[in-house]
Parts: sequence; structure tokens; C-alpha cells
Amino acid sequence: MIREEAFALLNKSFGEKIQSKSEFRDETTYTIEANDLREIAKFCRDDLSFDYLLDITSIDNLGEEPRFEIVYELYSMPHAAHLRLKLRISEDVGEVDTVSNIWPTANWHEREIYDMMGIKFKGHPDLRRILMWDGYPYFPLRKDFPLEGLPSEMPDVAFTKVTSMEGGPFVTRPSTATAKDREPRARPPQL
Amino acid sequence: MPQLSGSAVLAFLLRTVWPILVFVMPETDSTAYDSKIEGNVIFTRFDAALNWVRKNSLWPMPMGLACCAIELMATAASRFDIARFGAEVMRFSPRQCDVMIVAGTVTYKMALAVKRIYEQMPEPKWVIAMGACASTGGMYRSYAVLQGIDQLLPVDVYISGCPPRPEALLAGLMKLQEKISRERSLRRQKPELLEKLEEALS
Repeated sequence: MIREEAFALLNKSFGEKIQSKSEFRDETTYTIEANDLREIAKFCRDDLSFDYLLDITSIDNLGEEPRFEIVYELYSMPHAAHLRLKLRISEDVGEVDTVSNIWPTANWHEREIYDMMGIKFKGHPDLRRILMWDGYPYFPLRKDFPLEGLPSEMPDVAFTKVTSMEGGPFVTRPSTATAKDREPRARPPQL
Repeated sequence: MPQLSGSAVLAFLLRTVWPILVFVMPETDSTAYDSKIEGNVIFTRFDAALNWVRKNSLWPMPMGLACCAIELMATAASRFDIARFGAEVMRFSPRQCDVMIVAGTVTYKMALAVKRIYEQMPEPKWVIAMGACASTGGMYRSYAVLQGIDQLLPVDVYISGCPPRPEALLAGLMKLQEKISRERSLRRQKPELLEKLEEALS
């Protein structure tokens, strides 16, 4: 079974459940419904032999509805083919089926998405934060979370402060000035 | 000659030669101490002798948190050889360390662990903030990174660079040695002992 046959089989089996299919520079992307995820994922692994889950990422389209988008990057070792599955979920739902029982590698990917975006995964065996500590109150990769952070305090575990975005080296300000003016090696303190 | 009590001797020492202590250097051959003052006896301040011992045998706590730790390892290896400055004994137990070298990005998740390890080190202790991240947060202006370990620990030496070269770390170590050699060690670290001595005097 070559790549095109696999996609044709996917179209045939889930024709009505596939919202859209797009091709861009030989990359094939299917947009699906969140409820059909587990069924389609299982079919992709077992019948189309997409046996390798490369990555799961999430996107926050703040201001749009549905707000969140999750992207699954699949790879087939036998066919040497990529397949991308996309689905969108609203903030109110905020939950999608886990695929960690289909591709075990999804376990930590889903934990990271939960940690950074606050999207929950139904049926995940161990849905804890993976980068930030348990009890950190925010989801820092959401678009409405400021880059400089928000203060928080967990005694004996960790604390966070708001980071100053002004002054010192390594700081750039948006402007049309040259890089030399925008990023001085050390900016004099503003008194 | 009247019998002198220990405290009387101490009081006499304090009044007259208190800052002066006599160090007897060991002989290399088998003869006993010879009488020539200049030969085998050195006069110095107690603080100077103590600081001299301390600064030439700094045992680092390698707090390697990011890429600076690679340079720290290079500093310890043969090409740069931190052993030339007496600081080659990297200890992974804080209880055996003198100087914590914070090498790398201190995230908020790690911050209290770093502080705790520092608190487990015995006095006297010093801190080197190695590199831009440990000194100021560096290029990480973000929600996750502590903007300089000096918000939690008293830093003695800051080293610039991203990461600093091993020479820079060695230069920082030498700066720390200079700083240690200027310290009023006994007065700072044993105030109770000095109080007792003052009481014995009065």
C-alpha cells in the first residue's frame, strides 16, 4: 500500500467525518471532528500503518471560536509517509480524547499540552503538569497570558514574579530604529 | 614567677600580641626548630593566615543548570585546570563545599532547590553567579526564569558571558580569592568567641 492508497482508504472509510483535506507542498492535512479522533487515530495506526506519532502540538487562536486547535503529526515507517490530523475544540469543552493508548508516546505530549494550554485529555493515565510544578495556577502558553508572567506563590515549592521587560542587555523594543539603537549593550537606568 | 591561669595568659595575648600569631613551618630535614627567627617562623595576622588557607582550597559546589555547566566542566578539565587555584575538588554534597558556582539558567522551578542546597553548605560560604542567566536572567525575559540568583542568595562574584569562557571563570575565581583574602574572617564569623575573649579581658 503506497501513500496515495492509504489516503484514499482514509477518505473512503471516514468520508463524511473528514471536514476538510488540504495538500500543501506534499504535506497532507485532514481536519476532523474532536469526537472522531480516537476512531480515526486507531484506523490510521492499525489499517494504514501510521505507526509513529511524531508530535502533538496545540494552538491558541484567541478570539476565534472554537479557540484551541490540536495538531497530530503522524508518520508511517513502512510507507515513509507523513499525515497531519487537525481538530479544533472550544474553550468551554476544553477536553479531547487521549491517544496515549494508541501511541504510548502521546503520554508526555499530552501532559505538555495540558501544562501549557490547559486542555484536558479524557482517559489519560497520568494527567499531571510536566514542566511547571503541580499547583502553578496558570497556563503560560495561552495567548492571554503575558510573556512577563504573573506572580504566584507556593510555599516550599516555587514562586514566580513578574519579569521586568525593560532595561539591560538582551532587551529589544519594537521600533523602526536600527538594531544598534534598539539593543544597546547596556542601557542606562531610567531615573 | 607567679602561676598564670589560662585566662590570664589569654588576656595578656589579647592585650599585646592579639592580632599576631606565630606559625611554625615544618622542617624538611630531621633537625628540630632552629633558632633563627627569619628561617622557620613567620609572623602574620591570624585573619591573613586563615584567609590564605581558605582561599587556596575552595571546594566548589557545581550548580550546573544549563550550558554554563559545560564551560564549568571544561574549566575543571586538563586544558584550563582549575586545580591550579586549589578549587578542583568538586563536591556533589553541599555539606562539603565552600563556594557554590551557579552555572546556568535558574528557573523558578529550580530556584528554591538552589537556595536549599546553598543553605545546606557550611559556613563560611561564597557564591559565584556564572554567566548572564545566573546573574540577571540573561536573555530569558520570561515567566519561567528567575531574574538573577542574587534575588535569593548573596552573590560574591558575577561573571559576564553567555556562556563565559573558562578563562573568565578562572578570573572570577581569582577575584573571589582576592575578596576572601581581604575578609575579617574571625571577627565576622566568630563574634561570640571574640565577645568571650573581650569579657576575659575586662
